[in-house]
Amino acid sequence: MKSWGPPLLLLILAVVLYFALPFNLAFLTRILIMVVLVLSLDLVLGYAGIATLGQAALYGAGAYAAGLFAIHVWADPVAGLFVGAGAGAMLAFVSGLVLMRTQGLTLIMLSIAVASICLEIANKARDVTGGADGLRGIRMEPVLGLFAFDFIGKTGFWYALAVVAVVFVVLALLSRAPLGLSLRGIHESPERMAAIGVSVYWRRITAYTIGGGIAGIAGALSAQITQLVSLESFSFTLSAEALIMLILGGTGRLYGAVLGTLIFMFVHHWAAANDPFNWLFVIGALVLAVVFFLPKGVISAPPAITRLLKGGRHAGS
Amino acid sequence: MTLFLNIAVDGIAYGMILFMISVGLSVTMGLMRVVNLAHGGFALLGGTFAHWFGQELGLPFWPAALLAIVATIAVSLPLERLIYRRIYGFGDLQQVLATIGLTFLMIASVNLWQGSSLLSIPLPDSLKQSVDLGFRTLPVHRLVVIAAGLVSILGLWLLLDRTLFGIRLRAAVDNRGTASALGIDTDWIFMAAFGLGAGLAALGGILGAEILPIDAYYPVRYMVLFLIVVAVGGMGSISGSFVAALGLGTLETATRYLVPDYATIVFFTFVIILLALRPQGLLGKAHA
Repeated sequence: MKSWGPPLLLLILAVVLYFALPFNLAFLTRILIMVVLVLSLDLVLGYAGIATLGQAALYGAGAYAAGLFAIHVWADPVAGLFVGAGAGAMLAFVSGLVLMRTQGLTLIMLSIAVASICLEIANKARDVTGGADGLRGIRMEPVLGLFAFDFIGKTGFWYALAVVAVVFVVLALLSRAPLGLSLRGIHESPERMAAIGVSVYWRRITAYTIGGGIAGIAGALSAQITQLVSLESFSFTLSAEALIMLILGGTGRLYGAVLGTLIFMFVHHWAAANDPFNWLFVIGALVLAVVFFLPKGVISAPPAITRLLKGGRHAGS
Repeated sequence: MTLFLNIAVDGIAYGMILFMISVGLSVTMGLMRVVNLAHGGFALLGGTFAHWFGQELGLPFWPAALLAIVATIAVSLPLERLIYRRIYGFGDLQQVLATIGLTFLMIASVNLWQGSSLLSIPLPDSLKQSVDLGFRTLPVHRLVVIAAGLVSILGLWLLLDRTLFGIRLRAAVDNRGTASALGIDTDWIFMAAFGLGAGLAALGGILGAEILPIDAYYPVRYMVLFLIVVAVGGMGSISGSFVAALGLGTLETATRYLVPDYATIVFFTFVIILLALRPQGLLGKAHA
């Protein structure tokens, strides 16, 4: 544990935003949910180096599982989170058995294919999932039996913030644990890790399964707070946006995931509100600028600026 | 039997369009090792130019299509020089992000220029006519598409197998460093290959507009489809792209005819099985 400063700062930022934008709580909550999703992608892609464009499959599985669980079995939010995590992890494990045998473009294509199949199944199983109309009628009980979900979304915000904090801490611990370190090793050199006796294939499946569980939690959160699960949960767009947020912020660092999500969501919100048709100009230019000037993501900006200010012979090294 | 022939004709026409659009992607991915998600954007640009030349400037179909292809190539070359050349050296993820950014800019530009509605490219009467094939009547357009696809693969084969440019290109694909050391101007080869791929994508976009309609969000909507053709065919393999495009085109058409409710599921299940068995694609090389 190097420092508790940055996470505290982020927590304070969340609280400040809560009071600064009281009429945008739904938007802020949406950001928090996306943070969980992007963190899950960071574990899979940033730490374990598994390039996937199908994170939405795991998110959607969690969302539908939590939604159906709340409607048919028990509407307790926390139990629903576990169900969502279980569903995401299960799908990740099963699909991972095939996916983790491949890499590069093939892996990306396979992960997209899995998400597309999930989308079609959810679309066709109208009786269970509501098809294109979405899964409706989710009514949650109060969180921990104490905090009822309200119309403005205050409970939803704090509930989501708490989940983000827990996920963040778990991932921070995991990244320092032997498993996290071995994932980093696999990312950097699978051959060497195999040579020192690590089963690369199973480690990658483990990482993908944990990532799937966390993506499932994000989906479950979204189902519980918005009380609706739509087919969009499985969409390619969601996977792609999560990937953009992660690379924008910087992979392999938890703060990068948080920062990238914040920037993307705020730029999206602001540009789309100003000019809904041309916001792609803004995000396209932003993305290109980051790739060209900050190839390691926005998280690498402070050291880059320091370097620039120091200038002289040491610049650019 | 009639059903089978219907599937075959529609599937092959669809597959030819997939081939024309994807083959450039396969070559750039195999050659420059760049994950170019913006490739569908060149098909969009081709279609948009054709729409503009045809509808607003009133040119007939064929001159409009020809000018549109030239215009698309004219856009792609500076893009390669200014932006892609820098992207080649990036890691995979940076490439993905950069080309997604480019795709967004292309979509936004077309949107600003022509709006977000469907951009029609009306066919001339000569292409709208039907021919009687015995078992069904078929628009001439489909036959032209099939012919264009055959001419493309034949032309590419001649170009790559029989010309000096082809030899140099294949050398650069196999090993850029060695090719460069032997005095081959790989920068120039890259640019020419890139422009060729963009031109073919434009051709495919224009001819395929009847089947894959052109609008601003075209590159995102069909991005996955084009990438799947490349992944299944094997990166950098032209014959692989051809086989994959025809196979996948026929497969998708067949599922739409036979099991319309489960077409997408069957299609992607097949892709998963295929890629699980052959991760490097049908005709891809096993290295890397």
